Amino acid sequence: MKILVVIKQVPDSTTTIRVRPDAEDIERAGVKMVVNPFDEFAIELAVQLREKRQDVASITALTVGPAAAAEALRTVLAIGADDGIHLQDPAFDRLDELQTAALVAATVKDAGYDLILRGKQEIDLDSGQLGPALAELLDLPHVGAATRFELSADGKRFAANRRIEGADEVVEGSLPAVVTIEKGLVECRYPSLPNLMKAKKKPVRTVTAADVPGVSDIVGALGGTQVHRLEPPPQRPPGKVLKGEPAEMAAQLVRLLREEAKVV
Amino acid sequence: MPKLDSSPERASQQAPGLGHDLASPDFYAVRALLTEEERQVQETVGRFVDERVLPIIAECFERERFPRELVPEMARLGLFGATFSDYGCAGLSNVAYGLIMQELERGDSGVRSFASVQSGLCMFPIHRYGSDEQKRRWLPAMARGEKIGCFGLTEPDGGSDPGAMKTTARKTGGDWVLSGAKMWITNGTIADIAIVWAMTDAGVRGFLVERGMPGYTTRDIHHKFSLRASITSELFFDNVRVPEANRLPLAEGLGAPLSCLTQARYGIAWGGVGAAIACYREALAFARQRVLFGEPLIHKQAIQVRLADMLRRITTGQLLALQLGRLKDAGTMHHAQVSLAKWNNVRLGLDVARDARDLLGAGGISVECCPIRHMLNLESVITYEGTETIHQLIVGREITGVSAF
Ligand SMILES: Cc1cc2nc3c(=O)[nH]c(=O)nc-3n(C[C@H](O)[C@H](O)[C@H](O)COP(=O)(O)OP(=O)(O)OC[C@H]3O[C@@H](n4cnc5c(N)ncnc54)[C@H](O)[C@@H]3O)c2cc1C
Repeated sequence: MKILVVIKQVPDSTTTIRVRPDAEDIERAGVKMVVNPFDEFAIELAVQLREKRQDVASITALTVGPAAAAEALRTVLAIGADDGIHLQDPAFDRLDELQTAALVAATVKDAGYDLILRGKQEIDLDSGQLGPALAELLDLPHVGAATRFELSADGKRFAANRRIEGADEVVEGSLPAVVTIEKGLVECRYPSLPNLMKAKKKPVRTVTAADVPGVSDIVGALGGTQVHRLEPPPQRPPGKVLKGEPAEMAAQLVRLLREEAKVV
Repeated sequence: MPKLDSSPERASQQAPGLGHDLASPDFYAVRALLTEEERQVQETVGRFVDERVLPIIAECFERERFPRELVPEMARLGLFGATFSDYGCAGLSNVAYGLIMQELERGDSGVRSFASVQSGLCMFPIHRYGSDEQKRRWLPAMARGEKIGCFGLTEPDGGSDPGAMKTTARKTGGDWVLSGAKMWITNGTIADIAIVWAMTDAGVRGFLVERGMPGYTTRDIHHKFSLRASITSELFFDNVRVPEANRLPLAEGLGAPLSCLTQARYGIAWGGVGAAIACYREALAFARQRVLFGEPLIHKQAIQVRLADMLRRITTGQLLALQLGRLKDAGTMHHAQVSLAKWNNVRLGLDVARDARDLLGAGGISVECCPIRHMLNLESVITYEGTETIHQLIVGREITGVSAF
């Protein structure tokens, strides 16, 4: 069984995000970048499957991103992927999620992956479209936001759970398939320092636009969206502090909840 | 007179794309001087500290409990003996090792002490002075955290003058007989193996004393106001028979234990910066949100001076530690350079911790805020591994050529 884990490098959730003066991107200098936390669940699941089963032949990690994204790839190699594919070309920088999915699909369609894993969403742009779009373009079944994932003994079928309003949905299907992972399905390990060192020696193949035949036609045919500009969110309005006797404040609070917040 | 807009939001939006980071802090873009591998090591260990150490450490400190459950986790991360490239260790640069110590001490000096002792004071002498058999037997198990070490040099009658040690080893038949006592020994009661330095007819020698050897006992030292999340013990040797095979064959003279101290002091020079960073961050966050006299504390000149001073100390400490590490990696580091860095960086940690403690007001005396814990811890750190005075005297001897101990 060949597993592909598609990851994205994103700004760390604890960094302060600032919009660049030209409003086209965020300020990236000095911003700490990490592997998208949901994609970490995906690589962790892949490594756990390999630890539990005999039939996992390889785990490949793939990312689309600038040169600096190699660092994210190396982290995932340290956690347990065997090799990496880095799609890196200025032409890829402005692709939206659907176009990115088309690019990834064109790159991996003949590689024979049995299981493609990805986090259910990206913490930076929050789109969550890449997994489903990739499944669609590769014509594979897709399960989104899985909270449980198991393979059959013969490695031909899978069972997964999804949390839906008030219930758990239990789904089954056949491989190959694309599965996106919800938080909590697995607990992530830290890459060990010896493995970080060994990761430097694992092979990473860099793929540019020239290496994907017909990529501009494939992507161009999809249309797609364009980011026009980024704006910082509006300043949060200041809170209200009520004053007076408890009974007066309670009355004021009820009035505000009814008239301003309109929640009672 | 109209007031200039000096709100923090405004100030941070105007920060140029220099990449200077006042929050971490990394004011002089020191991170950019690291290799990718060193950055990844720092991030991995930093994450471990944020997620595994910080949530429990105040409680450990308060209850005088060493978080032993973290030992297997640190071992899985590969923190022990990380600079060796054999016996299952990671083969990291000394700078990467220093960053590990900095991150651990950002959590707590006690946790960092455990790692320092295991790596710098126990695995190092076995690796440097041990026989092949000793290395094979102990190093992989210590890297996996299955065997814990302690380092016994200091004695009840004085640590600064180890040449005057009273613990003796006499050769009888093929074996050695150890008698004496060691005091203030980190990890003593939980250690499977003690590296014990004793005086023989031929001078100082090192011995691997194993838990359970008849006549060897240990006892914890309680009532500490410092390093409460770390175990500190006494070791007693009542005519303990130690086979010749447990003597470190290549360790001859006081230089051997001192070379171990150089390793550990090197790590401490980084650690002091880590403790200071934790305190600075907490003080800065507090000063931003505390409103007094109608505006946040950060609007006050005196507060800005103090924050700037903390940043100055941290920045100089970062640069000093990094250059020390580069010298160590190049193989040209002198032990007096380590002394200067240990002195400077523990002192800055202590100064920043005390000032942060004060800046937090009454809340600053609670264990819920980290500065008082770091401040109390650093009282040990400034004493052990050579007191501040001893390091000043080492540098003084280097300047003058005269030993004034
Ligand atoms: C929490 C903790 C953990 C420790 N862990 C270990 C361990 O794992 N292994 C180990 O071997 N030791 C350990 N130590 C011991 C530590 O290394 C010693 O405490 C230290 O070396 C100082 O020795 P001392 O306490 O005997 O003080 P002393 O040597 O008695 O010094 C007392 C004072 O005299 C000053 N002084 C000394 N000589 C001079 C001089 N020539 N001129 C002027 N002033 C001088 C000192 O600076 C100090 O202020 C630990 C200590 C602590 C507190």
